[in-house]
Amino acid sequence: MCLAIPGKVVEIRAQDGMRMARVQFGGVTREACLDYVPETQVGEYVLVHVGFAISRVDEDEARRTYEALAEIDALGELEIPEVTEGSGGAR
Amino acid sequence: MKYLDEYRDGDIAARLVERIRRAQTRAWVIMEVCGGQTHSIVKNGIDHLLPKGIELVHGPGCPVCVTPLEMIDKAHAIARRPETIFCSFGDMLRVPGSDGDLFSIRSAGGDVRVVYSPLDCLKIAKANPEKQVVFFAIGFETTAPANAMLAWQAREMGLGNVSLLVSHVLVPPAIEAVLSSPQNRVQGFLGPGHVCAVVGYTDYEPLAARFHVPIVVTGFEPLDILEGVLMVVEQLEQGRGEVENQYSRVLARGGNRPAQELIAKVFEVSDRKWRGVGTIPQSGFQLREEFREFDAERRFQVTGIDTQEPEVCIAGQILQGIKKPHDCPAFGTLCTPQHPLGATMVSAEGACAAYYAYGRHLKESDLVTVGDGSKTSLSG
Repeated sequence: MCLAIPGKVVEIRAQDGMRMARVQFGGVTREACLDYVPETQVGEYVLVHVGFAISRVDEDEARRTYEALAEIDALGELEIPEVTEGSGGAR
Repeated sequence: MKYLDEYRDGDIAARLVERIRRAQTRAWVIMEVCGGQTHSIVKNGIDHLLPKGIELVHGPGCPVCVTPLEMIDKAHAIARRPETIFCSFGDMLRVPGSDGDLFSIRSAGGDVRVVYSPLDCLKIAKANPEKQVVFFAIGFETTAPANAMLAWQAREMGLGNVSLLVSHVLVPPAIEAVLSSPQNRVQGFLGPGHVCAVVGYTDYEPLAARFHVPIVVTGFEPLDILEGVLMVVEQLEQGRGEVENQYSRVLARGGNRPAQELIAKVFEVSDRKWRGVGTIPQSGFQLREEFREFDAERRFQVTGIDTQEPEVCIAGQILQGIKKPHDCPAFGTLCTPQHPLGATMVSAEGACAAYYAYGRHLKESDLVTVGDGSKTSLSG
């Protein structure tokens, strides 16, 4: 559970004082906080752990890491339904 | 794709194994610390690929595994309260406490939710102001920046109905505990790559110097692990005990500074109990005094917890590299992932669960050979 998943930053916006991004992992897009890699730009790749980018990587490294994680079935967290501002009450 | 194809193709992997063979003049015991590495090693059969005499033992780096039973019981007691929404990473849901798991609490009507990010708790708390939202903040250093941000944002946003049940652990004190044990067998370490992406590896340098032990910060892909083993073996053979970085394409010596800064604002180092091992001094995090109002242990005074681990379980010795899953009489019989008896069976990243998942509880006579009968197990 200490592994981080690489993804591509496709959108950046400010929310609640944090720099938030939409990050694309394979066919799934999730929200991630960019506060720990503040220099990140749209189009770049980051390693994301539980919704936080912790490191920037290049495209080759991102692809390689993603495949290796898929191989050891370590992408399960991407299947957890997203909690959105409006659906915060749903169980 | 390229890296795994290269590994399956076996060309680069075979060359790395050959280099290890040439570097090696005697037997060595090497511990990988990260549960993700353990999983990758067992799934890809890397330990079977190594030259004879190079033994990999599996360390305490699975946070789900080492979360003490008392803390799990405490989480369950809080999750059962009608006013709480209990939020957790998915891995913790099926970890049994003394009386059931979080799934069974949910079935009995408890509001237990799996979250992707700790920040999800902020949205849940805003949408449910009449409820207490409690997050089970477990993890090693990799997860600390995320959990720290939850406490930070809860305070910034004035969300009085958010709290954290903190059970945070740190890798270097665990390595120190392994090396200090009179029964220690470990001579070199593969350090945890993604942990060091956050905190860097300067904390490992005094350990390597003091115990004169090689620590090579390593990725989790098969070729990373083989290269990490090669670097450890070379150091051992040359009589060196240093920290080296196999994973420099992802991390630098100093790690991630902004993440370290927020961790230091929210958490302070404290003693922590590790399941199977016991209390290790200064081996984890607790919330700083300024954030204690968000401490679920303080908010919900849970008392009367009395736990007992099964006597047969040797998880503590497995976590310290002293024994392997096969040394346990309960492994694969009394103790399975469906009915785990101890730390190393409760999560897929635990050594016993990984051995079980990839058929290592089966006897030779149970195995059926398919295809050309090749004994390689490169793809699990």
